[in-house]
This record gives sequence, C-alpha cells and structure tokens, in this order.
Amino acid sequence: MLGVVTKIIPFSSVDGPGNRTAIFLQGCNINCKYCHNPETRNSCINCGLCVQVCPQKALSLENGKVSFDASACISCDTCIKTCPHGSTPKTRLMTPEEVMEIVKKQMPFIRGITVSGGECMLQPDFITELFKLAKKENLGTLIDSNGTIDFREYPDLLEVSDGVMLDIKAFFPEDHRRVTDADNNKVLENAQFLGENNKLSEVRAVIVPDLYDVVKNIKAMGEFLVPLYKINPFRIKIIAFRPMGVREEYANLQVPTKQLLEELRGILADMGFEDIVII
Amino acid sequence: MIRPISNERVEKTREEILDIIKSSTLTHEQKVTCLANKADSLLEVLDEVPGLDELLNCPQEDRCICDLSEGHAPLRPRYIAPDYQKLMKEGCKYLNLAPPTDLFEALNTLLIFYKHVPSVTNYPVYLGQLDDLIEPFIDTVDEKTAAKLIKLFLLNVDRTVLDSFAHADIGPKPSKTAHFIFEAEKELEDAVPNLSLKYQEGVSSDEYLKEAVECALVSAKPSFANHNMFSKEFNGEYVIASCYNGLYLGGGAYTLCRLILGNIAKRSSSIEDFKTKQLPYVMDVMAKYMDARIKFEVEESGFFENNFLAREGFISRDKFTAMFGLVGMADAVNMLFEKEGKTGRYGSDEAANQLGVEIMEIIDKFNQSHTNKYCETTDGHFLLHAQVGLAEDIGVTPGTRIPIGEEPEELIDQLNVLSKFHKYFPSGTGDIFPIDLTVHRNPEYVMDIIKGAFAKDIRYMSFYSSNSDVIRVTGYLVKRSEMEKLDAGNNVIQDTTALGLGAAKNGHILERKVR
Repeated sequence: MLGVVTKIIPFSSVDGPGNRTAIFLQGCNINCKYCHNPETRNSCINCGLCVQVCPQKALSLENGKVSFDASACISCDTCIKTCPHGSTPKTRLMTPEEVMEIVKKQMPFIRGITVSGGECMLQPDFITELFKLAKKENLGTLIDSNGTIDFREYPDLLEVSDGVMLDIKAFFPEDHRRVTDADNNKVLENAQFLGENNKLSEVRAVIVPDLYDVVKNIKAMGEFLVPLYKINPFRIKIIAFRPMGVREEYANLQVPTKQLLEELRGILADMGFEDIVII
Repeated sequence: MIRPISNERVEKTREEILDIIKSSTLTHEQKVTCLANKADSLLEVLDEVPGLDELLNCPQEDRCICDLSEGHAPLRPRYIAPDYQKLMKEGCKYLNLAPPTDLFEALNTLLIFYKHVPSVTNYPVYLGQLDDLIEPFIDTVDEKTAAKLIKLFLLNVDRTVLDSFAHADIGPKPSKTAHFIFEAEKELEDAVPNLSLKYQEGVSSDEYLKEAVECALVSAKPSFANHNMFSKEFNGEYVIASCYNGLYLGGGAYTLCRLILGNIAKRSSSIEDFKTKQLPYVMDVMAKYMDARIKFEVEESGFFENNFLAREGFISRDKFTAMFGLVGMADAVNMLFEKEGKTGRYGSDEAANQLGVEIMEIIDKFNQSHTNKYCETTDGHFLLHAQVGLAEDIGVTPGTRIPIGEEPEELIDQLNVLSKFHKYFPSGTGDIFPIDLTVHRNPEYVMDIIKGAFAKDIRYMSFYSSNSDVIRVTGYLVKRSEMEKLDAGNNVIQDTTALGLGAAKNGHILERKVR
C-alpha cells in the first residue's frame, strides 16, 4: 500500500498535544480561501512546468514523470509558486512502513503522530495501516481533518485513532460554502458522531472576519457543541487567520484583532467550555 | 617562596590598575574585584610546571590551556557548595545566627549567609536546594505572605548577589516553595539566581514539570537536570552550581582549567598526531598545573584552616574535587578533518561526530589515570567539564556543542549528537534551545523533549522563548535590556552582563536556531 506524502515534520508543537511527528498527505477535496499550503490540494499531473524553473535543477522529467531530488532542494518554493494546478512536485509515494521508520527515529522524544494534509481522510486505508504500526510502538494517533468524509464508514481506522481534530470552518452552510466551496452538513454530522463516541479531541475554527460573521458563527457553533462537550470534553482552538503561505488573491484578508479573539473566547467560556486556546 | 618578576610587568600592571580605577563602565564592586585580581597577578608562587608558559601565557590564537582568571595565588576554592541545611538546623556561630523558626527568619538567615560565601566571582555560586531549605517553614505564614516573602527574597538575591553564576536548585519532588518561586520569577524576569530543576520521572509530577516549563518560557529558568544520572554519579549528594556544574554538597571545586581543543588541533599535523602526541602532552601539562593550584589552596592558602565555612563544617575539604574542562570540540574536529582533506563537519557528519567521541574517550581515559591526593571524594580523579566559553573567546565553540549556525535542521539530529557526549561530564555540560512562541500554548512539547532526552543520557537542558528579555548566554542568564544599556556605555549592576555582551558579539548567542 502506498500513500502520497507531502512532507513529514519530525517535531511539531502545533499538531496536537505535546511533541508529535506530523505527516502531511497530499490532496484535498475542498478549497479554503485562506489555505496556508495551497500546494497540498491537488495531485501532480506531471506537466513539467516546475522542472524548467527550478534554480537548483532538483527536478527532472523521467519517463514523463516529475522526479524530485531532495538533496539538491533549497526550499525556495519556486516550483510551488509556478505550479498552475495547486500542487507540488515534492510529494513522495511511501508505504506505511517507510513512514513509520522516520517516525521511529524521533522516539523517545515524541508522544505520538498526527496525520494532516491536504485532507488526509482521502487516504483512509493508508492512515489505518500507519496507525496500526504506531500503536505497536505505543504512540498516540491523531487525525487532523476537515470533516467532509464520513467517519462512520471507517470503524477500523477509528479503532486505532485516539481522536480527530476537526475543523469547523464555519457553522452556517452558506458561510462554509463561501470559505471552502463545500457544504458542511457532513462536518457537523461527523462532529456529532465523533463527540458521542469519544473520538473528538479538538474542534478548530479559523477566524476570518472578512469571509463570514465571526461572532454569529462561533455562537451557533458553541451552542451546537455544548451537548457533545458534556458527554466528553474536548479542546476548542480559535485560530487567527494569518497571511503566511496564502494565495496572493486572498492574502489581503483582514487579520482578526486580539480583542475579537478574546471576545470569542469569552463567548465560548460563558457556555462552559474550559479548554480554549487562541493561536 | 615568591619568585621575582620583571619590572616591565609591574609597570604594565600598575597602568592596568589605574585604568580600572578610572573606568566609566565598571561598578564599584566590579572595580574592587578587578583590582584584587591585578594584585595577585603579580605573584609567582605556584609550583612551576615545565611547558606551561608556552601553552598558557601566549597570544590568544595559540593558547591551549586557560585558567579562567583564577589568579596566580588562589585564596579560596573556585566553587564552594555549603551545606545550607546545617545552617537551617544548627545556625552559625561565626555569624551569631540561631536556627530559624519561621519563614521570615529562614529567608533572612539565607540572605545573611550568602554575603559570606566566597567563590571565584566573590559571590556564592551555590545558593542551596531552596525547596528543601524553605519548605519546612512555608506553612509558618499564610500563603499570600509566603508568596510575597519568596518574591522579595528572590528580588534581594538578584540585586545583591551581583553575578548570575549564583545557582539555586529545586526538585525532584514538587513543593509549595517551588510553586512560589515559579510565580515570582515569571513576574520578576531577573537574571539571578540561575535555577535548576532536578527532574526525575515518576517523582517529578507532570503538573510540576509543566509549571516549570511555563516559567522557563517566560524567564529562561529553571533549566532541567537529569536527576537519575547525577544521583548515580554523586551517590545522591550532588548540587548544581555556577553554570550547570555537578559537585558534591558540602564541597565544591578547587579549580577549573580548560583545554582549548581547537588550538591543540592547530598545532597538530594530523588526527594521529593530535590523538597520540599533542593532546596527551597538553593534558599532562594542564593536569600538573591543576595539581599545583590545588596544592597551594590546600597547603598554603590557609582557607580550609581558617574560613568559618570549613571550621564550622559547612564545607569539608575532603568533599572537594577539581574540574578538568574543555572547549572547542567542534573546532578541533573540523580543523583536523580539514587538515586531512575530509569534508564532514562536527554535528552533521557521522564520521566527524565519531572522531569527537574518540577524542572524548582519550580525555576520559587520561583523567581516569591521573590522580591527585586531595580529590579523594572523586576517587582521586578530576571530573570532566564541558566549559561554556568566555566573553573574549573568538571562534571557540563551548564544550562539545555544535556551533551556532551549524545546528542540524531537525532538533532530533541535534539531540542525537548530544546524547553521545553528555555522559562524559559529571561536573557539567548542557545545551540551550530557544523555543518558538507558539509553544507557549503547548508546554507539553518541551516536556516530551525533556523526558525523551533524559531517557537518552542527555544531562542538562535549558530553554527560553525566542522573544523573552532574560536569555541564557552560555551557562548563565542575562537580560537583553541590560546588555543594550552596557553597550551604550552605561553602568550595569551584574558583572555577567559584560560577559553576555561579549558572547553576543563574539559568540553569536543571539543567532541560535529557534526550535
């Protein structure tokens, strides 16, 4: 079995509790305007445009496929900026065992792994196999997902997952569509299902005042989540929009003020949520 | 017997004395210290060691041995670690202090005593295991008062112990005292005291470690010491003093001299020459020089006969040892590799790191074969020490650290290099990691790294937030704001600020890789 891996961050402090190895899988099924790594959305179609612009000659076309030499790469991102398809030539096809070898190198300094993306749930079988290997090493296993793929269909995966860190990018369907070009009915169903089954470890909301009514959405989201929180508590992360890595046409979206973020925290705290983190 | 010196040297020293007196940046206390150093620099009383002059008293770029300004006639051991518990239980006759009965008296007793504990800096380098010392008195007042008293105590220490090599210890057990110290340090953000938490998995709770990490990300302290490792080496009776030096409680270190490995490599024609001739020769000279210093301290200076610390049993001569230091492992390995036309660099190349380990084995073996009769507490041997460098060091990498700017891209690779070297240094080594601000919301990230590191024989780690005012220079703390003041030509209260400024300019300490 092979997964399309965008990159592996050996030590990550921002992908779940403690120190974790974060594995990013290539490909996404929605289109968030504020996406920080838009090159992770699509598969490479081997058009070769990036090969011509790479200043380090780290890319080449071999038998019609783009080949990447990591040792020559200086991470200037010229290839990513050039790609017209929202992709990157730097992905690797890897088996779960190969990924696990890299993870093992980080032990005993990590408490677990997190798979992220792109949308990692587009490769559920790969994650299942990887998590089985991780569990053998007593490592924690978290999924970072946009919630558009139905988790009810993957009981084997949930069996080996500690939990899901779920994005609720907006609560109201029309807002979610404006932010992501996709509906959110599946997202909310997933939240419900995961919450009831003690698999919801974190809910994240990215705050972009220019794209939707932030206060109204957070209020509604909080009210929706309160019953779930009472079953099994989880963390809520309020993530401020930042322009780093965002596509040019969206990079001018307004960054939320500290004041607004604190107001949102207050709204959620008043509803009884205790573990609220602003980033 | 005092050997004569040249008139030229006397005249030069007189000029230097006048410069010190007229200095606009030195404080009064700093002038007095410098003047005392100039006075004993005129003496020549230590046993002569053949070959020493050429290795020690030569231009900086050739110097292979450095005695870290201990002077020519040491009047006290370099580092002294008094048994403060004895003070708390029995009081002190010399200072006419009765044993304290409540928190007010306990803290006051300590503050008085600190004034009388000498060291190479003229300030104490060890302030005691504060939780054990203070905890018995912590409930003699209400919590609010206890918190305030401890904050005032720490403020007092920072403003009167004018040197951030002053080191206090806590842990491994959690305590109310430690909690109040963390709360105070987060507000004070002061450089003094240096603080170590002795961490032991199972004894130090996660809540305790988390509180300590949160404090460190604001105030650059505490640092974290591998309690299991130190305990084993010192039969449980160790203190962390000065930078990060493991020493016996109630004892200390007579002296610390350091090998400048890069300059020893410079005089070597090949790796073989370095390993079999140059390094063994310089080690032999340095060990003999340390023997001469120890002999003077024990047999001539009168310190152990006359000082109240020894007379009343706060310290005992037979718990002292000496520290056989080194700097510039990276410099030596890289230079030797260049001489042999190899391309690998220390820190990133497996073969280069392996050469480092081989050099450590040679140094360790030498130390295990050299004996000094006054180091009976450490089986007659010195203890190895990875020295952190001096402000005036240029192109000298501290201890066995990877040079700033050459740290491996991934922290794991840096940690794996450290774990090869930390075990050699019971009397201290350590590494420093500036941490990105986002970690403030995830202190468990740092906790996981500490736990993993201590499971892998890493001895001592320090963290600070990449944007805090208090930062760790090499083994001690300074405030960036104080360095800026000094750089603009103003007086600053602590003498370590000048060392920090030198290290920032010559040692690039502000350019460490942020994790």
